[in-house]
Amino acid sequence: MTGLYPHLPALQVVVPMLTAPLVMLLRQRRLSWAVASAASLCAFAIAVTLTLDVLADREITYLMGSWPAPWGIELGVDAFSALMLLIVTGASSLALLAGAQSLDRDIEAERQPLFFAAWLLVLAGLAGILVTADAFNIFVFMEISSLASYVLVAGGPDRRALPAVFQYLIMGTIGATFYLIGVGLIYLMTGTLNLADMELRIHDVADQRPILVAAGFITVGLALKAAIFPLHIWLPNAYTYAPNVVTVFLAACATKVSIYILLRFDFFVFQPNLQGHDFQFVYFLMPLSLLAILIASGVAMFEPNLKRLLAWSSVAQIGYITLGASLVSVTGITAGLLHIFNHALAKGALFLAVACLGMSVARMRIDSIGGIAQKMPWTMAAFVLAGLSLIGVPGTAGFISKWYLITATFRLGSLGIALVAVIVVSSLMAVVYIWRVVEAAYFHAPDPDSTAVEAPLPLLLATWGAVVLNFYFGLMPAIPIHLATSAAQLLHGHMR
Amino acid sequence: MNFGITIAASLAIPLTGALAIAISGRINDNLRETVTLVTAGALALVVWSLVPDLMAGARPELQLFEVVPGIQLGFRIEPLGMLFAALASGLWIVNSIYSIGYMRGNKESKQTRFYVFFALSLAATIGIAFAANLFTLFLFYEALTLCTYPLVSHKGDEKTVRSARVYLGILLLTSIGLLLPAIIWTYFVAGTGEFTPGGILQGQLEGPALGLLLGLFVFGIGKAAVMPVHRWLPAAMVAPTPVSALLHAVAVVKAGVFTVTKVIVYIFGVDYLFAEPSSSWLLYAAAFTVVAASLVALRQQNLKRLLAYSTVAQLSYVVMATAVLKPLAEIGASLHMVAHAFGKITLFFAAGAIYTAAKKTEIGQLAGIGRRMPWTMTAFTIGALSMIGVPPTGGFVSKWYILAGAFQADNYLAIATIIASTILNAAYFLPIIFAAWFSRETADNNLEHGEAPLPMVIALTVTAALTIGLFISNGPVIALEAQMLGVGK
Repeated sequence: MTGLYPHLPALQVVVPMLTAPLVMLLRQRRLSWAVASAASLCAFAIAVTLTLDVLADREITYLMGSWPAPWGIELGVDAFSALMLLIVTGASSLALLAGAQSLDRDIEAERQPLFFAAWLLVLAGLAGILVTADAFNIFVFMEISSLASYVLVAGGPDRRALPAVFQYLIMGTIGATFYLIGVGLIYLMTGTLNLADMELRIHDVADQRPILVAAGFITVGLALKAAIFPLHIWLPNAYTYAPNVVTVFLAACATKVSIYILLRFDFFVFQPNLQGHDFQFVYFLMPLSLLAILIASGVAMFEPNLKRLLAWSSVAQIGYITLGASLVSVTGITAGLLHIFNHALAKGALFLAVACLGMSVARMRIDSIGGIAQKMPWTMAAFVLAGLSLIGVPGTAGFISKWYLITATFRLGSLGIALVAVIVVSSLMAVVYIWRVVEAAYFHAPDPDSTAVEAPLPLLLATWGAVVLNFYFGLMPAIPIHLATSAAQLLHGHMR
Repeated sequence: MNFGITIAASLAIPLTGALAIAISGRINDNLRETVTLVTAGALALVVWSLVPDLMAGARPELQLFEVVPGIQLGFRIEPLGMLFAALASGLWIVNSIYSIGYMRGNKESKQTRFYVFFALSLAATIGIAFAANLFTLFLFYEALTLCTYPLVSHKGDEKTVRSARVYLGILLLTSIGLLLPAIIWTYFVAGTGEFTPGGILQGQLEGPALGLLLGLFVFGIGKAAVMPVHRWLPAAMVAPTPVSALLHAVAVVKAGVFTVTKVIVYIFGVDYLFAEPSSSWLLYAAAFTVVAASLVALRQQNLKRLLAYSTVAQLSYVVMATAVLKPLAEIGASLHMVAHAFGKITLFFAAGAIYTAAKKTEIGQLAGIGRRMPWTMTAFTIGALSMIGVPPTGGFVSKWYILAGAFQADNYLAIATIIASTILNAAYFLPIIFAAWFSRETADNNLEHGEAPLPMVIALTVTAALTIGLFISNGPVIALEAQMLGVGK
């Protein structure tokens, strides 16, 4: 293993990418599932190893084909990418391990090998974005993961997934194109695609206007992909009509990887070089974050469909993440990054519970899960506990990021008080939308001819595993805090 | 002796008890009730074993681990918390005996769930009592809200669910909306949230900001039910009576006033707050609640709702006594926590006994009931006298100390409020007592009933005896609580 050890950053991408065609060739659905899960777990193990290296303050860079940096492609893993790699590979592994039975309901047996191949391509693409230090490489991996994720979303039996995916595809392509235009402009002015090199060279560019335009294109393009309000409209439909297990995977990490690129670009490349960029960044991001938090939470309060309710909640939670980042202080960015991690835990657990419900309930409307807690006590108990984490009750992971976020906003004086009020109000809105589901499941009269039974054991185990993690990282959050803090210092350190 | 183990045990016992109740509930009802009683007994034994050490001046401590840098999950027992934990754990035994009679007498459904969440609520209560800092306290405070929700919504019909929604809504709204920002603010300005004798805010925060922070705390601690955040308490009366008795007369509401007192004594510091004029509003708010809630109680027709509003008034008594900010009044406040606990649990026990035996819930139906249920109504009378503050009951002693404290501070508002509330208490309790003993039963009343089931009678006799016992022997409580301020100086 020592021979492979230095190649881990590359293997992080190569393992799932090369397993994908292999999985496609396996014609047997359980076999292909097993191989895909193994590849995902392997990627997770690599991510854990890389994280341990980062925690031990070892610098991880890797030169593809041993070409030196500005010319060859450089891979690198720092605290930020380690945190994200853990989330992406962890969510993928958990969803795959849990989801065999759930996927059997949604996808015909003969198409499953293709589906798992697409899943591994998404994983490879997302991991690729996180390890590479090259702007064009990011674009390539972004396209790989996006195209494959359209397949995943459209894979279910629900025909309404098709218009949803078409919308997702159009918006995603616009976002990616914008990003490419921005990168192209920068390449034109600097002649480099390496992010670190870009940071140095932009400094010497005489005419800053194209860079400014590039910053606009890149920010808007990535905001589209990250579903930052008001560019979120593709998200609720895509999450709602995708197969349940796919929603677990995508909700936990897909949009957050776009936020990762956005923050990396903004803090590494633009903040140190563009006059007044920090100002523009704050004034662009903060109002949108606040609107996202309030409006999306408000919509979730009245949404009759359970999956769409959680999707709207995701739009609001993305608002928390960008709000933290828009405070441009170390504590603020830490809060945002922590929330990427903690929200992935909470929302992952919630969507896993939804997948459990999906085994017995065809239509995910809140009316149709009345009294289901009697039939599926373990599923609903998990839903309640994960919901508490989403609300941010102390002792859960969600509380930790909220604590950091409020502490960071307190530093802003009177503006901070207003922000605290928004955070508090939206937490209360979360109480309302979570409790609507809880009341329906526990107190409404059950459907007399419902045949609901408790979900299969693997799915239930994974759901409860995620719930336990919510509480573990609520009481002992040292590792995510350490990663988020070092990542925030890294990002903040690049500011002028 | 290792205190850490004792503290850990006092949290672990109700938690493992809850698990054991859940398991034994699947096997046999009698076994489940035995497990409940054994758990309650073991908890009381462990908690009470700490009292002598506390009296000797020890401050047992258990620091678990650091959650976020600077924020510790830890426990430290001081006199006030000791009193609260001893009170809750001791009364849990009596209440469990009563619950058995009540739940069986009324053939309630889902009894196992009831006992499980009761045990969990007690664990949360102990956590609140022993918390060493604001973070730990907040953790268990929220846990208590969530663990009592299934108890309040126990019946599960639409009216109950609606009331339970009010309950959960107000308690979460105030705690997340006001208490959490207050706690984070405290950590932000003082750099710590440890409960420290003399307070931690001295020199860190002054002027109107101090009054504002106090407001966030007092209204954020919705469980203390200072108006206008009292609405959850009448709503909680849809719960089975044992829940109203132990949780909404003792554990939950006392957790509220306990937290208020603890924050004032150990976060603000009594003397520091006394010197700050912007904090004086608390006295007015509490005095207003005392009078207003008593007036509302006067107009209630339902016995449990009357008791709920009486609780709102009595809680603000404690808050007001604390807000007088003089040593004697602080002792009076803690004494009143005990006196009110004994008196009010007796009253609720009696209300539940009447409901179980006669299915009566309204005050108008109680004419002449004293002759059919002499034990119950005697206990009810003692409890009511304690609420009014008539000797020989515990309520008299606590009122004495609060009044003495008010005179110490020349606080005429507090004195006037105490007098007014005594009159109002007499005005709504005495007619009930009079009618129960001396009026004739009306024809439309259900006449075929006797005393309530034996476990309930035993329980309410014990608590009535405790109410009188507190009048005769209150030295230990006062000695313990005098330490709280003795150290504070």
